[in-house]
Amino acid sequence: MSLLSASEIPELIPAGTAVRPVVGPSPLRRLATRFGAGAARALVVVIGAFWLFPTFGLFMASLRGTADNSATGWWTVFTAPSQLTLDNYAALLGNERILGSMWNTVLITVPSTLLVLGLGALGAYALVWIRFPGRDVLFAVVVALTVVPAQVAIIPDAAVFQALHIFGAIPAVVAFHVAFGLPFAIFLLRGYFQGIPADLIEAARADGAGELRIFARLVLPLSWPGLGSLAIFQFLWVWNDLLVALVFGFNNPPITYAIREQMRAFSSNIDVIAPGSFIAMAVPLLIFFAFQRHFTRILLAGALR
Amino acid sequence: MKRATSFGTRRIATERLLVAMLFLAPAAIVVGVLVGYPMVVTLWLSLHDANGSFVGAANYARMFSIDETRHAITNNIIWVVVAPTLVTALGLLLAVLTERIRWSTALRTILFMPMAISFLAVGVSFRLVYDENPQRGALNAALVAVHDAFKPPSKYYGAAPRDGTGLVASDGGYETAAPVPVGEPVAMPLVGLPRNRVPSDAQWAGPLAAGTELRGVVWLDFTRGGDGAAGSIDAGEVGLPGVRVEAVRDGQVVATAVTDGQGRFSFPDLTEGDYTVRLAATNFTEPFRGLTWLGPELVTPAVIGVYIWVWAGFAMLLISAGLAGLPRDVIEAARVDGASDWQVLRRVTVPLMRPILIVVLVTLSINVLKIFDLLYVLPPDSSQDEANVLAVEMYRVSFGGGLDYGLGSALAVLLFLLILPAMLFTIRYRRRREFAPERPVGGRAAPRGGGALSRWRSVVRRRRAEEEGES
Repeated sequence: MSLLSASEIPELIPAGTAVRPVVGPSPLRRLATRFGAGAARALVVVIGAFWLFPTFGLFMASLRGTADNSATGWWTVFTAPSQLTLDNYAALLGNERILGSMWNTVLITVPSTLLVLGLGALGAYALVWIRFPGRDVLFAVVVALTVVPAQVAIIPDAAVFQALHIFGAIPAVVAFHVAFGLPFAIFLLRGYFQGIPADLIEAARADGAGELRIFARLVLPLSWPGLGSLAIFQFLWVWNDLLVALVFGFNNPPITYAIREQMRAFSSNIDVIAPGSFIAMAVPLLIFFAFQRHFTRILLAGALR
Repeated sequence: MKRATSFGTRRIATERLLVAMLFLAPAAIVVGVLVGYPMVVTLWLSLHDANGSFVGAANYARMFSIDETRHAITNNIIWVVVAPTLVTALGLLLAVLTERIRWSTALRTILFMPMAISFLAVGVSFRLVYDENPQRGALNAALVAVHDAFKPPSKYYGAAPRDGTGLVASDGGYETAAPVPVGEPVAMPLVGLPRNRVPSDAQWAGPLAAGTELRGVVWLDFTRGGDGAAGSIDAGEVGLPGVRVEAVRDGQVVATAVTDGQGRFSFPDLTEGDYTVRLAATNFTEPFRGLTWLGPELVTPAVIGVYIWVWAGFAMLLISAGLAGLPRDVIEAARVDGASDWQVLRRVTVPLMRPILIVVLVTLSINVLKIFDLLYVLPPDSSQDEANVLAVEMYRVSFGGGLDYGLGSALAVLLFLLILPAMLFTIRYRRRREFAPERPVGGRAAPRGGGALSRWRSVVRRRRAEEEGES
């Protein structure tokens, strides 16, 4: 620290020898602190507004007609609330391509999540509770695979899916998501499974329970918080994906793909894009607010993915 | 396992191995077929051209010579240097800020919310925010409002003198082609001003009589229907109020005046000589319309801004978790020693938080290198080339019309190589944490007691002693 700040440390004078007793921070300092607290509070409000602004703007735009959206910004609804209309959403209900793509998103997301949970849990169980040679190396491989970019696999996988005659269809998208979701799932569930007391497993084994039985009756019920967190994470990951859908899902496009298609003529298709994106983000947002603790926990654990 | 015989132990071990293999098989097959094997094929393909003939390292040489791919590589480097640093710095500041505020939970939720939204929806939201037209784009609307508050826009931009009426352009304004004598009214007819920009207080310019001083009139020389005569003040043609007029002699501005409601101006002090009359350039400056955020020049910073918006909450959360585990008394000790907030942050908090900050930086670097959706969605087609990054270029080359699997694979391998250091860090970090699962995120700085605490106590003590020596 500099000489400058060192000269401002009155506490260094040994107790009892101070010429002028120090009773506390000076009034000026106190004023600065109080002002600082007020400023910090104001700053927090400004930051919060700043972070809500774009999403709120999208919502407002989804409630305005195309003509209004191309003439003025969404904030004009505060002076002219008559612009607000549900027409875009009503029209969306008649838009088969968008509705179909929403259904595709569900058809992709649900099986991907369930498969990742099931296969991941089985694998993690073996890694934690069964001793076998090469276990540590296998774990290192799993960890390494958690950060592998999808790009290194998409070209050969296109050929694999073509050979299986599922290129462009939902099974291909699901398979790819499962393959890239599994390493992280195994890594995460392994942590949860390790938290189960070893005595419990050994006791079950001594009672003659088979591994599958221990897995299904003991380990899975005991680690439901981990499974739940993983389910939420995987669900959001797949729901929000665009890249995998673009490469492998062109015949059954999910909602992200369908909206991206509309964006080629952004301002004239805003009546589809804005409500479509808002509905597409409403599901993740609901999950986020309902299971916020799970979500933050898994993101903390999943740092480095 | 003491109770089993040695034969039984072996039998159980074999059985367990079999079960382990059965349990691992489904995941191993899926990952092996769709991740492991493709990685090898990608490496192999990267050594071949689009037609499948072996070309050695030619694709790797090519990606540095083609403009698009080279640009993508450069952009990726900019991204990976700038974005994680800014996000981490902002996350640290936000974590420190929210630590002291009572209702910080609400703010943390709000800051964290973008993490749940797809980059597609984020891209759509920010297309609206970044819209170039200040009438529609929120950011430009705000910028223009602030700009105009300090520097009001000129009233008559776009207006120009009618041709053949003796006025010529000069430095953005307009002036008489030759000096005019005092007394004779100077006619300054303008056209090209849309009706809706004519001030509401503008009155008929009317005929202007000669006088003793330099005088004249600025009017909109346009009659609806087009039956007005050029250069004359017809019925219904209004004067333009508030125009700044300068009298110029020998290149020097000697007097200025502002037109009244009828567009008339006079220089009462100038009663003799010839002057050039000039309509100042400030009357005609184009209004500020904000910035072209998603244009070629600004697109990368603009998209990085969006990335920060999405990930700041994540960095904040991770850092907050670390802050909560910091030894309170070390920070208190620094405060008691009279260190300011900033000094505490820089000298105590950041050094203690180093392991966590590194984890955040590495996580974000991996994420930034892989970034695809945001750059595929947010920049409009016209600036896609400028905004390009490796993941997007890899997709465009291989699938988006290019169908050059060789170059695409080479780009994928490059992407993998760029991520490799972070991957090695991840393996080391995760295996280390595995052996000490009770350690908090970051692997150091145990909350209570512990070696880290006493070590940092001694650091702070030593620093205090040094300062004592200095003063």
